[in-house]
Amino acid sequence: MSGTGIGARIERTEDKRFITGNGRYTDDINLPGQVYACFVRSPHAHAKITDIDVKEALALEGVVKIFTGKDMEADGLGGLICGWMVTSKDGEPMKAGEHPPLASECVRYVGDCVAVVIGESREVARLGAEAVSVSYEELDAVVEPAQAQNQNAPKVHDGIDKNLCFHWQLGDKDATDAAFDKAAHVTRLDIVNNRLIPNAIEPRAALGDYNPGSGDYTLYTTSQNPHVERLVLSAFVGIAPEHKLRVVSPDVGGGFGSKIFVYAEETACLWAAGKIRRPVKWTAERSESFLADAHGRDHVTHAELALDSDGRFLALRAHTVANLGAYLSTFSSSVPTYLYGTLLSGQYDIGAIHVEVEGVYTHTAPVDAYRGAGRPEATFVVERLVECAARETNKDPVELRKKNFITKFPHQTPVILNYDIGDYNACINRAVEMIDYKGFDERRKGSQTKGKLRGIGFSTYIEACGLAPSSAAGSLGAGVGLWESAEVRVNPTGNVEVLTGAHSHGQGHETSFAQLVSERLTIPIEDITIVHGDTASVQFGMGTYGSRSAAVGMSAIDGALDKVIAKAKRIAAHILEVQPDDIELADAAFRIKGTNKFIPWGELALNAYTAHKFSTDEIEPGLKETTFYDPTNFTFPAGCHICELEVDTQTGCVEIVDYVAVDDFGTIINPMIVEGQVHGGILQGIGQALLENGIYDVESGQLVTGSYMDYTMPRAHDAPPLRLDFTKTPAPSNPLGIKGCGEAGAIAAPAAVLNALTSAIGHEGISMPATPAKVWRSIQT
Amino acid sequence: MKVSMRINGEQVSADIDETQLLAHFLRDNLNLTGTHIGCDTSQCGACVVHLNGRAVKSCTMLAAQADGADVTTIEGVQQNDELHPVQKAFRQHHALQCGFCTPGMIMAAIDIIENTDDLDEHDVREQLEGNICRCTGYQNIIAAILSAAKEMRG
Repeated sequence: MSGTGIGARIERTEDKRFITGNGRYTDDINLPGQVYACFVRSPHAHAKITDIDVKEALALEGVVKIFTGKDMEADGLGGLICGWMVTSKDGEPMKAGEHPPLASECVRYVGDCVAVVIGESREVARLGAEAVSVSYEELDAVVEPAQAQNQNAPKVHDGIDKNLCFHWQLGDKDATDAAFDKAAHVTRLDIVNNRLIPNAIEPRAALGDYNPGSGDYTLYTTSQNPHVERLVLSAFVGIAPEHKLRVVSPDVGGGFGSKIFVYAEETACLWAAGKIRRPVKWTAERSESFLADAHGRDHVTHAELALDSDGRFLALRAHTVANLGAYLSTFSSSVPTYLYGTLLSGQYDIGAIHVEVEGVYTHTAPVDAYRGAGRPEATFVVERLVECAARETNKDPVELRKKNFITKFPHQTPVILNYDIGDYNACINRAVEMIDYKGFDERRKGSQTKGKLRGIGFSTYIEACGLAPSSAAGSLGAGVGLWESAEVRVNPTGNVEVLTGAHSHGQGHETSFAQLVSERLTIPIEDITIVHGDTASVQFGMGTYGSRSAAVGMSAIDGALDKVIAKAKRIAAHILEVQPDDIELADAAFRIKGTNKFIPWGELALNAYTAHKFSTDEIEPGLKETTFYDPTNFTFPAGCHICELEVDTQTGCVEIVDYVAVDDFGTIINPMIVEGQVHGGILQGIGQALLENGIYDVESGQLVTGSYMDYTMPRAHDAPPLRLDFTKTPAPSNPLGIKGCGEAGAIAAPAAVLNALTSAIGHEGISMPATPAKVWRSIQT
Repeated sequence: MKVSMRINGEQVSADIDETQLLAHFLRDNLNLTGTHIGCDTSQCGACVVHLNGRAVKSCTMLAAQADGADVTTIEGVQQNDELHPVQKAFRQHHALQCGFCTPGMIMAAIDIIENTDDLDEHDVREQLEGNICRCTGYQNIIAAILSAAKEMRG
């Protein structure tokens, strides 16, 4: 194939519309007769609603309607759900508090939706929302999980003791404790994994529409998985049956997990559109994004690593308290459990692991998956422990890692996962070479002469991606299957539409998926269109998150292509009067092997539809095939990131002076796109390490970091130049050998940065985000 | 109130609410939806347009303030179907992923290139302070801007 197939560094198809201002995002869509929604949000972290007076608001000119939670209840609507059941160690199911889209009795965090005002314009709706008078009986609130676990703490949900949603465990406690008893050295760490606010630059938006003639609903929304959105709104909330609801997720401006979930706002807009029989639109202001998008991370962990006298890791144990926020978001229970505990073996051969996680409700925004989702938290625990263990036992951090790396595959860890392939030495060796580890001491001396502290830190991470074998996910509590679907439609003129259940919101699927199709069908990439994000086009799909869409979504496409090619060969064989096995597809033609007799691709496609030249008793007309692909295992991207930084002792400012990343993603379709994913992930990880923190005021429960003036987003001058390279062990669990690349940077970077920073300042007593003020204080003697 | 301005080379007159923001006027009244709104505190830069040749945040000024002005949006950057060098460079260098910050980035980048002598990487990083991208880590945006600057200066 020419230069557009697998491995080609080609420019992105979708860029044409984005660079000319022709992207079509949800807020760009307007419908005739459209009205605007504005939500009345709770100003209190915890309060009883005693009265909602809408009279004054309704009297405003242009206010069309106001709905409260009682209206939704009266219509028999269900609440929002969590789709992953976690079971506590005592065998009890997790305690899911009710989650009405509009709170009617009690508000549980600042920003909780209480009512929706619908107006003829955005401005009128907002004036109306300001005129709604809600009477609250303020109650004590609790935002810190440690306090929420006190017996006398305010309860987020009635009847849930100590606000404990679940107390989950994984691994063999007795074997782990026994290994610790034999240890020559134990490294102990207390770790805070700071709360992050995702901040995709496109705010969430929704436009609900109802057709009274057909009874059909349409929801345009900023979703990473429109089919799951439809399923939840239909089967659980009950707005409309699935076949009467279309969800369209057009261009979406970034998600990073935060747009996986089904939120109150789109639920209310869709339902209200049916009630008032006019399209209802809502677009979040950034302040609302801060308050009400699901947040990420927020773990407090005590972790220990046991080593023998030779430096071999014997066992690891961890106890984590995870802040779940006020409600269980769509997949929130899986994040601090099965996406976290299962990764605590890292890249290491560790005999025994035991982890306990307490998932605790607080009066804060719900916490759910954010880029990496559980795996950054696990990597941070493991890689900080390993780095500290090296320091405490006077071992080189690279050599200590190498001594404990898993080198034989498949490898069964003590925490469920079975690593199928990898070469961790290859990654660390290349990374160490790139950063010139040998020269570090000299560079450190050079920094000293400038009055700066220099440090180097490593992070050899692993992640489980390609979510996931459906039966395995189901056995762990998932309420959904995690396959992916694809349909390949060859049109009579020979061009091709590929429908995928994956959804692109920055990942470049329209390009990389087409590269696979171009390679397999040997046709120009211009003749291929990737269709996604519309339940009316794509029958079903599981959406994009967890670095799954290349590994799972493209494998589905590959399967459908197999079927298309097989059928096309049968048709070609008929026409050319040979056996299908005698036909090969090359250079956009079906050719009798070893001859000059062929049918061009386009002619074959036309023949498939005219059906004149083959028996339709034997072969159905048409050329369209579907595959639902379920992976046989997770994939295990892994790599080594090394950060080198300088600390200005006068100001506490940290400058990352070099950062190398060597990642093993298996097969890479488009290196340019993959590098972009790594760049972005790393900066989000650096943001977590040095800048970002979602903070609630302990007394009032107010979100302190509720705007771009308070929450430190990484900007261009915060971003260090990154140097990347790749190694390759193709994933054996899917036909393309792809592992996934979307989250690696965010998973690896925080530990690399903190390991470098603690190396520079010479002690471990600093937490993320390591702001200049914190760093400065930590180096005062 | 009545306003009149040149937008992407065409004269536009409209009767608008005096409180309407320029960003909303462009998006709602003129359907120029390439100008995006990503925040409510003038921080993210997704809404950057050119007003009389300089970059401004269209979410932070009233449409009324643009009365009589010459406004260029992302839709007006391309000349005779030929992409602007900055647009081309963004595509060549993979300087965009989700595309939402991209129009504002391109408009800011053009202003930076046109108004900075001897532009270097440090200048670009400092001057992009008002534009936030969550996808790219900025590395390729900076490469694209430096590359376009070189081309524009021949």
